Order: sequence, then C-alpha cells, then structure tokens
Amino acid sequence: MTYSRVHPPLRWPAYRSTLRRAPSSPLVTLPPGLTEQTGPAGAALLGDHQVDPLDHDLTRQHPSEPLGERIIVHGQVRDAGGRPVPDSLVEIWQTNAAGRYPHHADQHPAPLDPNFTGVGRCLTDPAGNYRFVSVKPGAYPWRNHDNAWRPAHIHFSLFGRAFTQRLITQMYFPGDPLFDQDPIFNSVPAAARPALVSRFDLSQTVPEWALAYRFDIVLGDTPVEEEG
Amino acid sequence: MMLTPAQTIGPFFSHALPWPDGPHVVAADAPGAFWLRGRVLDGAGEPVPDALIESWQADPDGRLGGPFRGFGRCPTDPHGWWAIRTVKPGPVPGAGGRPQAPHLALSVFARGLLHRVVTRVYFADEPTANAADPVLSGLPEPARGTLVAGQTEDGYRFDIRLQGEHETVFFAV
Repeated sequence: MTYSRVHPPLRWPAYRSTLRRAPSSPLVTLPPGLTEQTGPAGAALLGDHQVDPLDHDLTRQHPSEPLGERIIVHGQVRDAGGRPVPDSLVEIWQTNAAGRYPHHADQHPAPLDPNFTGVGRCLTDPAGNYRFVSVKPGAYPWRNHDNAWRPAHIHFSLFGRAFTQRLITQMYFPGDPLFDQDPIFNSVPAAARPALVSRFDLSQTVPEWALAYRFDIVLGDTPVEEEG
Repeated sequence: MMLTPAQTIGPFFSHALPWPDGPHVVAADAPGAFWLRGRVLDGAGEPVPDALIESWQADPDGRLGGPFRGFGRCPTDPHGWWAIRTVKPGPVPGAGGRPQAPHLALSVFARGLLHRVVTRVYFADEPTANAADPVLSGLPEPARGTLVAGQTEDGYRFDIRLQGEHETVFFAV
C-alpha cells in the first residue's frame, strides 16, 4: 500500500500545528542507498543505557503502584512482507490514568501520579512480539479547536531493521467516543484508521489482575541485504 | 499487509525519548570527532522548541551497523537548537551501487509533523564528492545547498527549515 494511502498528509489544516510546520514543497523521491537500507538495531543504539528487564512494566517504576485500570498491551511487530521483526527497540509513552503527562509543558489541571512516569521500552522477542504492563491512559483537552480532547492513546516508537522503517505512531483504544472530533486520528486515510486501534484481547487478560489489549504493528519493507 | 500509519510525536516526549548520551554518536576523544549543530525553524522563521532529531550514518570506513553505534538522538532546546557529536562517515554506495558523497540520514519529528520528515546532511568541505553525488547533483540550486552543512569552529552547522523560503529538501524513503 502506497505512502499516501496509509500515512497522514504532512499538511492537515484541521490539525493547526501542521500549518507552519508541514513542508510546502513535495517530498523528493530518494532511491534508498545503503545508509537508508540499514539502521540502528537492538539494544546497541541505546549506548550505555541498555534496556532493563523491568522497563516494560510501567507499574513497577516507583515505590508504589500507580492509580488506574491496570492493562497489558502486547502485539507483534512485522514488516510489510509479514516477516517478524525480532530484537528491535520499542519505546512507549503515555499519560497517567487522569490524562496528565509529567511534562513541564502539560498544563492540564488533572493530578500527577507520583507512582507513574508513563515511559516504557522493551526489545521484541525472536518472534517479533512485545509486551508492556501499564495503566489505561486518560483523555485530555488541548487547544486545537473549541472543546478539543485527545482520545486516550499510547505513543509508540519503532525502529525495525532499517532507517526506512522508522516509525512513530499512536495506539488508540476500541470504541473511543472521541475519535470523530480528533484531527490527528482522522488525518489518516479512513481505510487505514483501524490499524491504529488496539483490540480488546480476552485471551491475554490475567484473571483478577489486568485486562489486555493487542496492537500489532506493520513496518515498511525490510530491505534486501546486498552487503558486498 | 497494511502498514501501521504514522502519527505525530506530539509535544510531550522530552521526558520519555531523550537519554543523556543520545547526542553522542562517538566519544569526545574519538579521532575526528566534531559537533554537528543546527536550528529547526518553522514557516514563520520561528524556532521549533519541541522537535526531535535523529541521525544514522556509517563509520569512517563506510561500514554501517556492527560495533559502531551510528545513531544519534537530540531534542531541540527552547531556541530550536540541536547538536550531535559524531565523525564524518566514509563512502557508502547509493541506489544501484553508485558512489555517494559522505552523508548522514536525518529524521525530524515534532508536534505538527504527522509523519517524520527525512533529509540528508552533506559536508561543505567535500566539494568534489558532492558534485559527483547522484542525489545532490539531481537537485537544482538553491535546494541543493540546503543539504550541505557549513564548517564552523567545532564542526558543522545544519539548519532545518521546515517550510517556506530556503525550505530544506525532504525525501520520501
């Protein structure tokens, strides 16, 4: 599926911040060379800060547990050809259960949670699977338009195996009533929007402990290695 | 398979994605280490204080991956400045194995960018290689010049103009 049928356009007036930041000129097609066909891989790109085994559990990063509805978020990372992407860094960040980021620029008058930073990372396993434990993020207001609210979402950052596969996206929750008025979600062509919505996954819930959502991710093609 | 669509990085990532040595592709005492610095500016010429720059490159011998990290990550400061400490990459073949001038691949993420934008950094002190580079030589002036980092006291400078006059060339990859 081509770029324009999946990814949002860079200029999307309903999302006002695009007006001064989206390039005016069309993108120039770059036949990828070896620089673009390779990429930072595994934990090595984190330098001295290797991924800690507990980094995937956002509920265990402080002395006590955060407030909110405990959730498991898991899925598989594959490339456009359906091949799993193993040993690849996945980074996430999100609000707390009240819809607040612990970020200096977040002025939403919702409480901070001293037991929740909302940042996680992990490496995909040999089958391309990842798994996080967190709490369900909250919706929050923003000033894009009158009475604007972002649907609850979790930011995802993925590397794949090549520079061309680098992706930052947002995962949403099924049935969110805020989808219709959110210009960021709706900047994606309608046929591709379901790919941003996780699905409730009863099979991975943990009885008497946590609900589960599945979010599978498909990156671009893995370049054929032609190292000489 | 349907690709997962991109979404903006948003304004609230600076507590999540940067790490202390993210801008250090190489150690301070690495032979040939320099600072690549620049500003990110919007269509009104205003600094973009909430962008994230990522770089990817070969080592000085033109090798990608392996023990050489090759990756840099730096958020912009309140004045739109970013900086990455690195070395000049060796020659890397382009599409069809054609030789290319030394270059870095750069991603720019920011609030207001629904998908990253991608560009390349070339070096002003490589005029012969730049003139023969298949990507650079395919661009008209003045667009070509937006991809060439100028020399400074401690390295090179590469400003990124997202929109408007002197807009940086961005690539679809």
